[in-house]
Amino acid sequence: MSVDENMVRRIANLARIGVTDGELPALAKELSAIIGFVEQLSELDTDGVKPLTSAVEDRIRGREDIVTDGGYAEDVLANAPEKDDEYFAVPKVVE
Amino acid sequence: MTDLTQLNLADARDGLAKKQFSAVELTQAHIDRVSASSALNAYVLETPEKALAMAAESDAKIAAGEARPLEGLPIGVKDLFCTKGVRTTACSNILGDFTPPYESTVTQNLWNDGAVMLGKLNNDEFAMGSSNETSRFGPVVNPWKAGDTALVPGGSSGGSSAAVAARLGIAATATDTGGSIRQPAAFTGTVGLKPTYGRCSRWGIVAFASSFDQAGPITHTVRDAAMMLSSMASFDKRDTTSVERDVPNYEAALTGDIKGLRVGIPQEYRVDNMPAEIEKLWQQGIEWLKAAGAEIVDVSLPHTKYALPAYYIIAPAEASSNLARYDGVRYGARQQGTDIDDMYAQTRAAGFGDEVKRRVMIGTYALSAGYYDAYYVKALQVRRLIAEDFTKAYEKCDVLLTPTTPSAAFEIGKNVEDPLEMYLNDVFTVTVNLAGLPGISVPAGLDGDGLPLGLQLIGQAFGEETLLRTAGVLEQAAGFDAQPQDWWSA
Repeated sequence: MSVDENMVRRIANLARIGVTDGELPALAKELSAIIGFVEQLSELDTDGVKPLTSAVEDRIRGREDIVTDGGYAEDVLANAPEKDDEYFAVPKVVE
Repeated sequence: MTDLTQLNLADARDGLAKKQFSAVELTQAHIDRVSASSALNAYVLETPEKALAMAAESDAKIAAGEARPLEGLPIGVKDLFCTKGVRTTACSNILGDFTPPYESTVTQNLWNDGAVMLGKLNNDEFAMGSSNETSRFGPVVNPWKAGDTALVPGGSSGGSSAAVAARLGIAATATDTGGSIRQPAAFTGTVGLKPTYGRCSRWGIVAFASSFDQAGPITHTVRDAAMMLSSMASFDKRDTTSVERDVPNYEAALTGDIKGLRVGIPQEYRVDNMPAEIEKLWQQGIEWLKAAGAEIVDVSLPHTKYALPAYYIIAPAEASSNLARYDGVRYGARQQGTDIDDMYAQTRAAGFGDEVKRRVMIGTYALSAGYYDAYYVKALQVRRLIAEDFTKAYEKCDVLLTPTTPSAAFEIGKNVEDPLEMYLNDVFTVTVNLAGLPGISVPAGLDGDGLPLGLQLIGQAFGEETLLRTAGVLEQAAGFDAQPQDWWSA
């Protein structure tokens, strides 16, 4: 299956990556080539095969639901592009 | 005094113990060499003051008779590992001048054992690449050359492999998601060990594809790799996939005795267009292990050809999820936008390079409504078939022997325009990540152009001791002692 320019625009929007109209043709070509490559998998019969999500199949460890870390807002905010007091600052979302 | 940068890790340790030189002298020798090596572009950040302070502390420990396992040994750190107070970027613009307020578990383990940090090493952006050409800091140049042609050092751990090969650090940390330790090791005549998934903590390592990512060392020798792994490996509660298991003394596993060991040769690794030199080296490797008393067994890994396509769905899918965090809000470089959504889109457009964008978009596509079952779930099913191939093969053998790469190091720029051609570099290494197994690349010879070639051994899950023992025998038989001619020192 090939990826057309509309599909690239849709994927880019889902991925929150800004693309210009000028970039669409090249991206469509590159993504189509990769999708074409991975489509080899359709040759294989995988009916009834359980998906393998991790090489470590043990149950994820639980732990007590208690605070074990934190209390250093200054460190957490140290790399913020914009901050306001103890908060990350972003462009206004609600009018 | 002899050139201290010529020492391997084990010899430097022994020299320090015998007080033949000090940790400060050893570190200074490396700092001087690093500062003259900008032509290689292996380091993206040098930390000489920190290194000398750590080395001075090591000298005090040695003087007090309290030397730790890696006391005073200067190493480089891939820029994917978070280092407290030291800029960490994963070689992506989107991380800006991110300076972690915490230290990754693996590097903390190394510092706890006395190692000295020389600086941060170049890599492909977010470890996505096989040539170290996608870094925001530009490509790393392989210290090895074919004539006058500048070659890639492999990737994504190209700074690590180049640094060790050029003796800009006695060892280096690296990470391997689809071959990123073993392929660059093969391209630079160094040893690269990717441990079993879960052996080293992923905490504090910038995530690419979390179900594959695993830290390991690049070193001069198999013994050095064993020393590094003994320190890097640990159980860590902060990584939910860290496996609770004692860390053996891997160096003690290097007995040199592989009599009766069953070595599997997977027939599917004889791929089309493989250079005759690599085929020949593989055969030579078989002969070396046989001569050491191993039994050679033909095995089949029937789904090998589907490993790369499965990987190029699963890894981008995980990457698209992991990299969602880079939105210009909490850290890194922000671009202004017309509203918050546009701010995200502009930040990510400016901050990610082309290869990262491609992979995030492929992953987004594979996970999107209508395509999830056809691509993502299908790839996970194939992943199980590939893992089961190994389980069946290990009923007949103890380790597997294969080439590490289908070619020697290639020219800078050769595969940049063709992502698929670049992906094929990992054809022999990526199966190991899908199955979560340990693998090691050992330098085994030179090709007709005088470039190093590696052989790969693949072990069973948590079979690092057998893997290292076999690698030690292979190393001994190959007797690889070639070094690149120094053309880069300024």
